[in-house]
Amino acid sequence: MATTTQDPNIRSRLLALLTDIAPDIDPATIDPTRELRDQVDFDSMDRLHFAVAISEAFHLDIPEADYPKLGALQAACEYLQGRLGGGA
Amino acid sequence: MQTDFRLPSLGADMESATLVEWLKKPGDAVHRGETIAVVETEKGLLDIECFDDATVTALVIGPGTKVAVGTVLATLSTVGEVAAPAAAPQPVPAPLAAPKAPLPAAAPAPPLAGTPRETAAEPGRRARLSPAARRRAQELGVPLEALEQQAAGGIIHIEDVERLAAEKKAPPADARSAMRAVIGSAMARAKREIPHYYLGHTLDFGAARAFLTRRNAALPIQERLVEGVLLTKAVALACARLEGFNGYFRDGRYERVAQVHVGTAIALRGGGLVAPALLDADRKDLGTLMREFSDLVKRVRAGHMRSSEFTAATITVTSLGEEGVETLYPIIHAPQVAIVGAGRVTERPAVQAGALAVRPLLELTLAADHRVTDGRIGSRFLQAIAALLQDPEKL
Repeated sequence: MATTTQDPNIRSRLLALLTDIAPDIDPATIDPTRELRDQVDFDSMDRLHFAVAISEAFHLDIPEADYPKLGALQAACEYLQGRLGGGA
Repeated sequence: MQTDFRLPSLGADMESATLVEWLKKPGDAVHRGETIAVVETEKGLLDIECFDDATVTALVIGPGTKVAVGTVLATLSTVGEVAAPAAAPQPVPAPLAAPKAPLPAAAPAPPLAGTPRETAAEPGRRARLSPAARRRAQELGVPLEALEQQAAGGIIHIEDVERLAAEKKAPPADARSAMRAVIGSAMARAKREIPHYYLGHTLDFGAARAFLTRRNAALPIQERLVEGVLLTKAVALACARLEGFNGYFRDGRYERVAQVHVGTAIALRGGGLVAPALLDADRKDLGTLMREFSDLVKRVRAGHMRSSEFTAATITVTSLGEEGVETLYPIIHAPQVAIVGAGRVTERPAVQAGALAVRPLLELTLAADHRVTDGRIGSRFLQAIAALLQDPEKL
């Protein structure tokens, strides 16, 4: 897992999607390693909306089984890099 | 014809709202269902809709004004006539800040789209104080006019006096505590006035889950269903089959409502909840319900509920979602007469075809009003919901 080489572009786009869904979240306070559920009270509908927003923004089909991989910001970045990088 | 556009009823324990902005100006055409103004309540911003096709003649209340339910906000002229210029002096509004102002006539709530008139309308009448409430008001120095305006035609009890006195003494520090006060007051009244009975039933959610997995695998992400939508539809269909759970208890009697508008409890981030309605849930397919549910959650959290869906619910469904516990015991949202609660679906041992198996189980609970039904029919209602969820293809 390439946790140290995160694409800053992906991360900032994810943060923007996150604040679209939850405008009351201050992106500066997000701990990327913590589950969003635990730090910003994200519930299952928020997570679904986040997955839909990612799917639309990155033109990706995200299967239902992958939703849990989007639970924290860093995990979501890694998931997206994996998907976008042609499986690299 | 000139008609008054009044602040509609905002549901249990919300007697006033502050006008935030007008989306229409004099001379503009408005259509039935269109948002005409935005108001702020303790539960957030609400889009107030128009109930007729009309032209705005005059705006009576300005932004920033706090007004009681029933207050004239604007005057409209019905489509088909030439709108008269708004030269005539407008009725003086009665902002809550000026309790000595003349009491606005309590207005009938505008009929909701698709709601029968006899259940949607309240006859116009003055507020009534019980003798005990009047005494208490005098003791606490609460002006009677303020009480009458807040009650907007209802009966004022001693508790309402005490609540108002408490509010006047210690105004809520922020929106969050205001919401807690509204929820607390509504729930206390429900607990006090509604003789609740509770039933629980465990059902096997395997068929519903398999249906969701199968259906969702073939759908783009935007159209995939969540468990709650199946439950909403099953509850709505059960309402159409069994009498006594879909409607209101008001003025000492049960009023059946033909349409099924399922209130959906939605938590707000950081605390509090609202339960706006998915309208005509029994007649919509699952895809439509999912789109509307998803849209509702987004709008609730962005502060754009519509006044119609805010007060239209005829029964409520509350679900703790995927992170909750197994069972919840909900409180009825007056004037409704029933609420269905769903815990989290959990894998547990169960007997299936005579053998022990690990199954996804769902605990459904029903809180219903003993003035309308009792446990025997309530039990059939829960069993009907469970049976519908065993055959999800037909939902």
